[in-house]
Amino acid sequence: MTDAPLLSVRGLNAWYGESHALHGVDLEVFQGETVTLLGRNGVGKTTTLRAIMGLIRKRTGEISFDGKDLMRMPLHHTARAGLGYVPEERGIFATLTVDENLLLPPVVAPGGMSVEEIFDLFPNLKERRNSQGTKLSGGEQQMLAIARMLRTGVKMLLLDEPTEGLAPVIVQRIGELLATLKRRGMTILLVEQNFRFASRIADRFYLMEHGKVMAGFPAGELSDRTEQLHEVLGV
Amino acid sequence: MTMIFGIPVQAFLGQLLVGLINGSFYAMLSLGLAIIFGLLRVINFAHGAQYMLGAFVGYLLLVHLGIGYWPALIIAPIIVGIFGIVIERLALSKLYDIDPLYGLLFTFGLALVIEGVFRYYYGVSGNPYSVPALLAGGTNLGFMFLPNYRGWVVVASLAVCLGTWFAIEKTRLGAYLRAATENPRLVQAFGVNVPLLLTLTYGLGSALAGLAGILAAPVYQVSPLMGSNLIIVVFAVVVVGGMGSIMGAIVTGYMLGLAEGLTKVFYPEASSIVIFVIMAIVLLVRPAGLFGKDA
Repeated sequence: MTDAPLLSVRGLNAWYGESHALHGVDLEVFQGETVTLLGRNGVGKTTTLRAIMGLIRKRTGEISFDGKDLMRMPLHHTARAGLGYVPEERGIFATLTVDENLLLPPVVAPGGMSVEEIFDLFPNLKERRNSQGTKLSGGEQQMLAIARMLRTGVKMLLLDEPTEGLAPVIVQRIGELLATLKRRGMTILLVEQNFRFASRIADRFYLMEHGKVMAGFPAGELSDRTEQLHEVLGV
Repeated sequence: MTMIFGIPVQAFLGQLLVGLINGSFYAMLSLGLAIIFGLLRVINFAHGAQYMLGAFVGYLLLVHLGIGYWPALIIAPIIVGIFGIVIERLALSKLYDIDPLYGLLFTFGLALVIEGVFRYYYGVSGNPYSVPALLAGGTNLGFMFLPNYRGWVVVASLAVCLGTWFAIEKTRLGAYLRAATENPRLVQAFGVNVPLLLTLTYGLGSALAGLAGILAAPVYQVSPLMGSNLIIVVFAVVVVGGMGSIMGAIVTGYMLGLAEGLTKVFYPEASSIVIFVIMAIVLLVRPAGLFGKDA
C-alpha cells in the first residue's frame, strides 16, 4: 500500500435530472485493495460508480484517479486513465459475438491479459466464442463482462453487483475469480448486496445511506459491527 | 416473339432491368439512411439533397475543371462526405440531447436550403451528363440489349452495398458501430471516442448518398430536384425494410425496385404507387418492417 490512494473521491454530488442522488460522497481506494460499498437499494451505490466513471455528467466534487482529475475528462477518457467498468446490467451486446464483445473495449495500457490467458481463465467463453453475446447464460455474461475488461490493462475495476441473480455455484466461481485478480494486483471497487459474498473478498467496507458514506471500516471490524450493519442493511 | 404471361419477353426483361437500376439507387440510399438512423437516431431528410450534391459535384467538376467521370466517382463522395462531417459537427451534434424531432426538422430544412440554392443558380431543368467513353454503347445479350452503363450501375451498387454490409457486420470498426448503436454510453465508457464515431458515421452516410448521386448522373440527368423526387420513395423503402436494419435496407431496396418494374409491365397505371401500397400493407401487418426487430 502506498501513501496516496489510487482513487480518491471528495464531496461527490450527483443528479439524475432534477433528482439529487448523491450528497457528498467521500471514499478512498488504495492500490491493490478490494473495497466494497454496502447499503440498501437506492442509497446511491450504483450512482457512485456511474459518477466516478463519468456516465453521470451532472456532478460536483473531486474525483482523482492515479493522480489525474477525472472531473474534467470527457467520458471516453476515463477508461484511458485506467478505470474499467462492469455495469449492473452487464452490458453484453446482442449484435456482437462473444469474441467481438471480448475484443470491444480498446486496450488502454500495457499489462493486460492476452486473449489466451483470458480463455484459460474462462474456458466456457472459449467454447462459445462465436455465439451471440446475449445467448450466454447469466453467469457466462457476467464472466464475459469482467473478462473483457482484463484485456485492456486497466488498473482498477468498478464492479456493480456481479453476483446479482446468479446461482450459488456461479457466485462462488466469481468469488474465486476476484480473488485471483486481487492476487495479480488488481484494485477493485465493488458494489454488492450479497453481504456474505462481499465479506469473504473485501479488505475494507464503506456503508452508504441517503446518498452519503456513513462509515468506513476494515474487514477485521466486521464482527464488532454486526448490529449496526443489521440495522442499516436490514439483513 | 417469345411471350411471358402474355407479355413480350424483351419488354418484360427491359422493365425488370429498369426496376433493378432504380432498386440499385433505392438500396444505396436506404442503406445510408439506415446506418445514420441506427447510430445517430436522426432521420436524415437531407439524404436526397446529398445525393443531388453528389451528382452536381460531378457535373461541376466536368464543366468547370474538365475532370471526368472516373475521378469524380472518387471526388464527389469525398466532398459530400466532408460536407456531412461539417454539418454534423456544427449543427447535428448539438441536437442529440433533445427530442429526435429536432434532428428531423433540421435536416429537412437543410435539404430545402441546399435545393433552393441550386435551383436559384441552375434552374429546375436537368443538365445532361454523358456516359463515360469506356461504358458507352451496349451489349446484345441475345434476349435483350443491355446498355453498358446500366450494367455497371447494378454491379457497382451491389459491390458498394455488400462492401458496406461486410464492413459493418464483420470488421472491428463495424463492431464498434454495432455496439454503439445498442448502447453508446457504455461503449464510450470503454474508451471509444463515440462522438467522433457519430461524426464519421454521418460523413459515411452522406458519402454513400453522394456516390449514388454521381452514379445516377448519366442515368437520370443532373437536376436540383433529382433528390427530392427520389427520397420520398426511399423513405417508403426504409419503412418497408425496417429502420436500422442494414441487410433489410439493401434487400428491400432491390426488391421494391423490381416490384416497381414488374408493375410497369403488368399494370403500368399502378407503377408509381405500388411501393406506397406495399408500405401501407407492411405498416398494417408488420409495423416494425420486414427486417425490423419488434420494439
